[in-house]
Amino acid sequence: MSQATSPVVEMTGITIEFPGVKALDGVDFRLFPGEVHALMGENGAGKSTLIKVLTGVYQAGAGRIVVDGVERTFSGTDEAQEAGISTVYQEVNLVGNLSVAENVMLGHEPRTGPFISWRAMRRAAREYLARLHVDVDPGAELSSLSVAVQQLCAIARATVVDAKVLILDEPTSSLQKNEVDELFAVVRELKERGVAILFVSHFLDQVYEISDRMTVLRNGRLVGEYLTPELPRLELVSKMIGRAEGELGSIEARAHRVAESAHDGTPRVRAVGLGKHGRVEPFDLELFPGQIVGLVGLLGSGRTEAARLIYGADRPDSGELELDGKRVRLPHPNAALRHDVAFSSEDRKREGIIGDLTVRENIALAVQTVRGVWRRVPKKEIDEIVDRFMEALNIHPRNPAMLLKNLSGGNQQKVLLARWLATSPKVLVLDEPTRGIDVGAKAEVQRLVIELADRGMSVLFISSEFEEVLRVSERVRIVRDRVVADELVNGPELTSQVLVERIAQTPEKGAVA
Amino acid sequence: MTAPTELARRVVHHKLFWPVVALLVLLLAAGVRSPGFLSVTVQDGHLFGQVIDIMRGAATPLLLALGMALVIATGGIDLSVGAVMAISLAVSLQFLDNSATADQPSTAVVAVLLGVAVALVLGAFNGFMVTVLGIQPFIATMILMVAGRGIAMLITKGQITTTTSPPFKTIGSGFFLGLPMPVIIAAVAFVVVVIVVRRTALGMLLESIGINREAARLAGVRSRNVTWFAYAASGLLAGLAGIVYGAPTMAADANNIGLMKEMDAILCVVLGGTSLMGGKFYLGGTVVGALILTTIERVVIIFHIPSQTTPLFKAIVIIAVCIAQSPVLLRRLDLRRLRRASRRRAELASQEVPA
Repeated sequence: MSQATSPVVEMTGITIEFPGVKALDGVDFRLFPGEVHALMGENGAGKSTLIKVLTGVYQAGAGRIVVDGVERTFSGTDEAQEAGISTVYQEVNLVGNLSVAENVMLGHEPRTGPFISWRAMRRAAREYLARLHVDVDPGAELSSLSVAVQQLCAIARATVVDAKVLILDEPTSSLQKNEVDELFAVVRELKERGVAILFVSHFLDQVYEISDRMTVLRNGRLVGEYLTPELPRLELVSKMIGRAEGELGSIEARAHRVAESAHDGTPRVRAVGLGKHGRVEPFDLELFPGQIVGLVGLLGSGRTEAARLIYGADRPDSGELELDGKRVRLPHPNAALRHDVAFSSEDRKREGIIGDLTVRENIALAVQTVRGVWRRVPKKEIDEIVDRFMEALNIHPRNPAMLLKNLSGGNQQKVLLARWLATSPKVLVLDEPTRGIDVGAKAEVQRLVIELADRGMSVLFISSEFEEVLRVSERVRIVRDRVVADELVNGPELTSQVLVERIAQTPEKGAVA
Repeated sequence: MTAPTELARRVVHHKLFWPVVALLVLLLAAGVRSPGFLSVTVQDGHLFGQVIDIMRGAATPLLLALGMALVIATGGIDLSVGAVMAISLAVSLQFLDNSATADQPSTAVVAVLLGVAVALVLGAFNGFMVTVLGIQPFIATMILMVAGRGIAMLITKGQITTTTSPPFKTIGSGFFLGLPMPVIIAAVAFVVVVIVVRRTALGMLLESIGINREAARLAGVRSRNVTWFAYAASGLLAGLAGIVYGAPTMAADANNIGLMKEMDAILCVVLGGTSLMGGKFYLGGTVVGALILTTIERVVIIFHIPSQTTPLFKAIVIIAVCIAQSPVLLRRLDLRRLRRASRRRAELASQEVPA
């Protein structure tokens, strides 16, 4: 990636407006062949919008797009694809119930006469996948594969159309570490072949690992373009959030929490042998008032499943649950909410937001369901709740009448937090509350969790980011292979390295009670 | 943007704009073609006229469509409403036929309650299959759609039960406050449904289920109960519709009462701006939908369009309204407007820059 080569994509003065918001304001962006270029910015900074302009989903109000030296106006995604621009989205946009081969070759099926030659198609698909070192049966149904492999299939699809530009929008948010490595190996290979890669991710580690250059956006405006090795991490973050470095450090310092003295009295939550066959082995768990317990483990280890049992999202088939010393049965989430237990799911899109309802309705929903269908929460009370939480959580834009689907991911997450907090729960189960949200919002959420615990709320905190768990939790439970195992007391000697080692350990025999 | 154009934009973008335009165009066209179409006369204190007839005709589809709208909001569909109409009417008339005091108002009331109660049970049965057994709504309600006419036939013992009961007949052909009884009944039903749905949280919960069932469940929505309620309400309203529809003739024809009415009901809901995908629903729009549907049937007669082509004419109007409401079209128009506005602003800005 030398300056001598001309950029394959050059966007200048891109401006786009949506009703009431200027999503992009005179943004310049360029992309050279054979480089990995990270597009950085907070949620709502305009990253997705810029990508959508480049891929023809949106049409810019002003500005020029030059691809390969030719000025283009894309009025649809197909035109952008013809120009060699391919996208792999955060949520894999393939057809789950078609085969791998069909997905990879979709629209480019080899034919004999008018008929698709299935054998040739499978062979071609296998070749394209093999070039990415992916070894899967092209006849397998796509949805039966892991998200990581699905993502690689999406990239293989991009190589079929011989993309000059490959856009990877949060490709790693649902991948495990080794899967990320695999993905990056493929990315490097494509880069060698001269493909220009636009990379968007919230994981700074990964950005620094893979990217050569970055462009930072803030509030729809360009902050600047930098060579990755020349921009220290802390500087990048402060450019993204537009705050001084020192301030960010103080959030972290305040957030660090060490184990407090042992709690006594009745635990707020006590699970005894709670389990569900095939999801999570019976486990014991205690959670005291004002305590934050972290639950760490790999994706699919059973950490989410354990949390769901405590909330009544799934029905346990063994064990007991006690709240404040009283035995309870939670046949459905409504019962849990009535017992002042709230649960924020890891899957914001499928299990969290109700996109076509307004922000206001989304916040009020859980309060309303606790009160029952027939007793409508008075308008004034809802207004108060909505105002209070939009202010406290700094939800942007501050317009409760907007449909939730039109907010950025981070703000959607805050709305969901508002929904649960509005029920004033005593127990809050947070499953990946900071996934896919930007650094600033992450720190805000962490600080909020600690404040809530200081005021007596019990929190069960699940996250793939061990640093985050260690920052907030008093105790950490390790979950591996569907077993909720060791309890560790947080302290200076407990590092994410220790957690990784504990997770990697093979469970001792007889560990299951 | 100036205030009047902003107001105009909001009117044009209102969900009900195109349905209301379609209704007015149909009425005006009929009024031009046949002067006197829009006039209403008073005879014996009762209102008469084509427009009143349209309202009377719209009562049955509206009753069905109100329940249908609730079911559609949950992402479901109720295909059994036509058959439920036939059953409830059969139950009511059979009861009257077997009663010695059919001419007593109290007997008529019991007959109505009985018919509606049976319909409620049938609606609850649909709800059971959909919510407890988890059968797809299309299939679950199709069972009753097909089997329902057989049940009605059993009740009438294979005959077309005809009977006389002046108080019962009043439900279909009587007048109250100068308006036909079915219009009054439909209006009361509309108000009751609106109050039940919008004065409580039911409407919001129905919508949340239709938009994202799992998210709604995790937010504490008892989606099973709420969905069940929608099907029960649909059954009850269908039962009422059957009685209103059959009362003027007092003949329980199990094979023909309510035939294809489920399609009319779905059409009313869709014409009113509710998406079959579920989620947001519009009861006011459903009223307009029912009026459009009935007006089309009238206009076809006024224009002497051969009766064989009535469905075609219906289809043309419906396609026009659906296209006008198409979200894709609206977004395109919006985008064009925005782009024009920002281009204008860019031009202004470039002019301001001193040369």
